Amino acid sequence: MSIIYFLIGCSVLLALAFLSAFFWAQRSGQNDDLYTPSVRILLDDDEEPKEDK
Amino acid sequence: MTESILSEKTVCYHCGEDCLTTRYRIEDKPFCCQGCKAVYSILADNNLCTYYNFNDHPGATRARIDKRFDYLDEPQIVTELVDYTDDKLTIVTLYIPHIHCSSCIWLLEKLNKFNPAVYYCRIDFLKKQLNIKYDTQNITLRGLVELLYDIGYEPVISLQDVIKKQNAIPKDNLVQRIAVAGFCFGNVMLLSFPEYLGLSEFEQSFKHFFGWLNILFSLPMVFYSGREYFESAWNNLKNKVLNIDFPLALGIAVLFLRTITEVLTQSGAGFADTLCGLVFFLLVGKFVQRKTYHHISFERDYRSFFPVAVQVITEAGEKPVPLSDLKVGRRIVLRHNEIIPADAILLKGEALIDFSFVTGESVPVSKTLGEIIYAGGRQTSEAIELEVIKPVSQSYLTQLWNNEAFARSNDNRMQTFNERVSKYFTSVLLMIATGSLLFWLPDWQRGLAALTAVLIVACPCALALSTPFTMSAALSIFDRNLFYLKNTAVVEQLARINTIVFDKTGTITTATDNHIDLTGQLNDHQKQLIYSACSNSNHPLSRMICRYMGNLTKLPVEKYGETPGKGIVARIGESEVKIGSGRFLFGRYKDDANATKVHLMVDGEHLGHFTFRQHYRDGLHNIGRLDSDYQLFLLSGDSNHEQNELLSVFKEADSMHFNQSPQDKLDFVRFLQRMKAKVTMIGDGLNDAGALKQSDLGIAVTDNVNNFSPGCDAILDGRAFSKLPLFLRFSKSTVKIIHASFLISLTYNLIGLSYAVSGMLSPLTAAILMPLSTATIISFTSIATHIAAKRRNLI
Repeated sequence: MSIIYFLIGCSVLLALAFLSAFFWAQRSGQNDDLYTPSVRILLDDDEEPKEDK
Repeated sequence: MTESILSEKTVCYHCGEDCLTTRYRIEDKPFCCQGCKAVYSILADNNLCTYYNFNDHPGATRARIDKRFDYLDEPQIVTELVDYTDDKLTIVTLYIPHIHCSSCIWLLEKLNKFNPAVYYCRIDFLKKQLNIKYDTQNITLRGLVELLYDIGYEPVISLQDVIKKQNAIPKDNLVQRIAVAGFCFGNVMLLSFPEYLGLSEFEQSFKHFFGWLNILFSLPMVFYSGREYFESAWNNLKNKVLNIDFPLALGIAVLFLRTITEVLTQSGAGFADTLCGLVFFLLVGKFVQRKTYHHISFERDYRSFFPVAVQVITEAGEKPVPLSDLKVGRRIVLRHNEIIPADAILLKGEALIDFSFVTGESVPVSKTLGEIIYAGGRQTSEAIELEVIKPVSQSYLTQLWNNEAFARSNDNRMQTFNERVSKYFTSVLLMIATGSLLFWLPDWQRGLAALTAVLIVACPCALALSTPFTMSAALSIFDRNLFYLKNTAVVEQLARINTIVFDKTGTITTATDNHIDLTGQLNDHQKQLIYSACSNSNHPLSRMICRYMGNLTKLPVEKYGETPGKGIVARIGESEVKIGSGRFLFGRYKDDANATKVHLMVDGEHLGHFTFRQHYRDGLHNIGRLDSDYQLFLLSGDSNHEQNELLSVFKEADSMHFNQSPQDKLDFVRFLQRMKAKVTMIGDGLNDAGALKQSDLGIAVTDNVNNFSPGCDAILDGRAFSKLPLFLRFSKSTVKIIHASFLISLTYNLIGLSYAVSGMLSPLTAAILMPLSTATIISFTSIATHIAAKRRNLI
């Protein structure tokens, strides 16, 4: 059963990795604007201008 | 009716407004004005017409032209506006209220195609902000703003950029603290589960291992995530206030100490799970409560309304001077659409001032030479010269902001239910805790166990959560109905109001749609003549007449002359058309002051006149029905000619006060408050700013939430005005919901206490009770708020 010590160590390390990933995302401002990227991704780049609409 | 009247309305390809003329066209695309046409051709030249493919008519109307940004060349002003600058790179964030659709994002992030000196643009859509990095050598801030203006996105530039400031405040890492709390909570729950299910004899070594890990995870919980509760409780104790943070901090501390003791002495599993759950839920509650409107500012004062700089006449010509340096005696020049920054005397030019921001009255007022013009009006005709007679901060209206009454903090505001209750709650809790200790006294161990158990189980987690969850649910319901509250505490204030004071012009009347009545008969030809003459004029009244007439065919106008503020003379075919004020047409004429009239004359024959009346907002009669529960008052700066019409709403003539100055309004609100009334002031313009601030709850009514509105606690969109009684009733329901959820959480506390006083609280009971009560409270408040809103037809 001593494998549990190892498993718990792994799980805590993994969770810590995710926590630090979240901190990094928060610090680098990825969560500052949660709306605009959702619109931006739908806009095509360099579309040929259409004359009619 | 002629066929032309029935012809289909054409709308501007750029902005979607009705086209009053067919003058502006490119290929088959109609435009309402030269400005919109110009924007289209700029975009077409740069191959950016995809702009129009994402949305129909995404542009802003560009009916006004000729705007000056000279002041953006002043280094002193520029340094205050930009976020960062050096020789190569400048970073600036601009607020652009017109940002409203995906086309805006697409176009504004392609500024680089217009000018390669722009390196980077990013839009924050909800905040309506544009972040730009550009080459300092190759484009100036002025050039950049002019570019934005040319493509129809004029930034609002003011030195007191409150929106920026407001968004910068919440930097207390709440999200990070929740993340850490969630991380610890999850791990502690995982490690506590074996204990719930029971560990057999030979697994005891795990038990200690888990116990130590739990302590380890509790450390960041208490010292990082939960730290603010200790600080807040300590600060409040120093000020001799018992608020809800005190029992919370006590609970956290006791949970932590008891966990350490139990694990160290190996006497039990400790309460790490309860501790982590408690802090985590509390922080989530805090997060829910903090709702901010990025694009609305509630803290505006006159500085955000006035321009940044003004053109001053010096010996060397005109020079832009920052408003703060404007001195008495200076001569200033104001052009079309500029705002008068300080009280001044008119020296030169035709002044036609739109005071709609000040009074809500939309029809411009014409002023004669030598007259004093108060700050806040907007010049709507040609350039004028003025001499400043008062510094900006001491003008008639701006000094309302400097009233010493407003130096007070928010302490004078009504206490929330939570604040009142937690005082008693805390004292009772402390009494029970010491009582249970004394009861077991010879038995120290059992006594301490009982004392700590009481503090743990009675920790008012559910109580602390009921208000934020109810209020934030209520806030989003108000929000959906176009009523924006500054924060959650305002909901409770709204429920305790018993006196409502209304401003008249612009608040219960609309500033935009004036009511037009035509007195006299016109045949089709005469209508066409008048339409053709008016369509040449940009005066608001002419535009309203055009709209009233519908889309008629325009006859060619041979001669046209407009005297600003007076009227129009036009020669169309064989006829001479004169449209304007009585004095303009007849020489001597006494206009009655009650309504604005425009007289019509064709070939010397007086055909009648248009009367412009203010249009009451829809649902004004609903307001009248409030008089059973509320005292209603009306304060108006106008004379009392509408008193009879308003009697149907306000019932008694005593409750209507006319000819009120801004200071009178403020004094009246203060007088009501001295009579122990809880007053809400509902107003719109700068002239209500003092009363809005003085009242217990200031509500600003506006037709466009992005426009200027004076500082207040809540902003009501004009379209939702008729729902005001529903809002008031709904706010009362939410307070009832908070009371009910308080009772529920109290019941849980009593159940827990019955275990606790005996000193027999097992960690499992605590670990079940705490999340159970939290879950009950959260679901109860959200369901009850939803039902209450549904009953009032608010969703």
